[in-house]
Amino acid sequence: MLNQYIPVFVMAVAACGTAISMVVLTSLIGPKKEFDDKMEPFECGVSPVANPKSRFSVRFYIIAMLFIVFDVEAVFLFPWAVVYRELGMFGFVEMMVFIAVLGVGLAYIWKKGALEWE
Amino acid sequence: MFDYTYLPEPNMVPYLVETMAKIIFIFSMNMGVFAPLLGWVERKQSALMQDRIGANRADIFGFTLFGLVHVMTDALKLLTKEDFIPRGADRTLHYLAPFIAVAPALVAFAVIPFGGQYNLWGHKANMVIADLDVGILFVFAVASISTYGSVIAGWASNNNWSLLGGIRVGAQMLSYEVAMGLTLVGIFMVYGSLRLTDIGVAQENFFHWGIFLQPLGFFLFITCALAENKRTPFDIPEAESEIVAGYFTEYSGLKFAMFWMAEFLEMVTISAVLVALFFGGWQVPFVSHAMLADLFGFLGRDWAQVATMLVHVMVFWGKVLFWIFILMLIRWSLPRFRYDQVMNLGWKIILPLALVNIFITALVMLWVK
Repeated sequence: MLNQYIPVFVMAVAACGTAISMVVLTSLIGPKKEFDDKMEPFECGVSPVANPKSRFSVRFYIIAMLFIVFDVEAVFLFPWAVVYRELGMFGFVEMMVFIAVLGVGLAYIWKKGALEWE
Repeated sequence: MFDYTYLPEPNMVPYLVETMAKIIFIFSMNMGVFAPLLGWVERKQSALMQDRIGANRADIFGFTLFGLVHVMTDALKLLTKEDFIPRGADRTLHYLAPFIAVAPALVAFAVIPFGGQYNLWGHKANMVIADLDVGILFVFAVASISTYGSVIAGWASNNNWSLLGGIRVGAQMLSYEVAMGLTLVGIFMVYGSLRLTDIGVAQENFFHWGIFLQPLGFFLFITCALAENKRTPFDIPEAESEIVAGYFTEYSGLKFAMFWMAEFLEMVTISAVLVALFFGGWQVPFVSHAMLADLFGFLGRDWAQVATMLVHVMVFWGKVLFWIFILMLIRWSLPRFRYDQVMNLGWKIILPLALVNIFITALVMLWVK
């Protein structure tokens, strides 16, 4: 069973090897000329004023939270979808109730304004 | 559902040889053909669409090869550029980000079948690197690791534009990940499997292709796939006119090229998934496996299988190239969406429509039965 994953592992090793060698190559080849003005982060020619490591809008956190809720629910749908043919009417009703709950959740966050970007 | 007996046999040698050949084939297709050449294709195609000539200046002894020399010179240029890391940046993460972006893009192709199953001299050859039962979920799982690369790049660069790009990537990818999973549930219901080889075999009949069984699912999926690929019209994470180059503003040399490669490889993977799920995979329309084998029957039983295999593999890559062409056509035809438009499309249109699609599919399947 698990030996199906051996080719994937070989592929992953090859991919990581390629990626690592590219990163190493680029840091070895090429000039290294460091001086003060050049090392500043790019801000269209002006010296940076704001520190990037500051807080950002809470809306992005909300999106991440919603993602977890909906993605976990999507995970429940996959096995159901695969065996749907065998489940018949029972599977249909059962999952439609589940999707209805999902839909109510979506309607709720929609109405609460969690999806609004002004 | 399908007679499916492919498992590594006790005789490991042919299996190992076959696996290594497939890995080398896919790897060289990705690294040798697609990663370098799609940049050239994109330049030439956009030039054609905008009535320009496109790259044609660089030459070797006067031979420009339709601008193909630019591919080599670009690679050399990127290799010899300084690897710039801005002051205050997190050096480790700055190195790690392009690595995380490009490695999964190379691995994701492992479960996509680029041909059918053939009986060659008593050995069962299966034209997929790893025939996993989780199939398409593996593609999702691996491809979404790439998102970390973009987010980490944005965070590590100590640059406001990069950070904005990184946050936008995060939110956009998460939103469309949900929608993308749900759009494909219909396909899984119809074919009753997640294994891409099963789905490919089920599409032998032309009218059983995914596009006919799941038309709404197809349009929803291609929209999500475009958004996951971060190309125009969904390129807000790297919107040049707003945030310079987004999360890879502070990258140069090969590290920059790695983000660029990851984008092209993702495009190849998306096209391959589209073909495998909705466009019959390796199947030739109206011509079944048995018919092809009969057609090549004069070669003898085993060589007929080899010929069939070659036709199937070429048909698969032809379809993939066609979809890459369509994706590039979309990229050069549409303007960029605004951020709120992108998020609204994902959460308020595609997500409800995907749920409706599941409902309709379930209803129709119940009714047909």
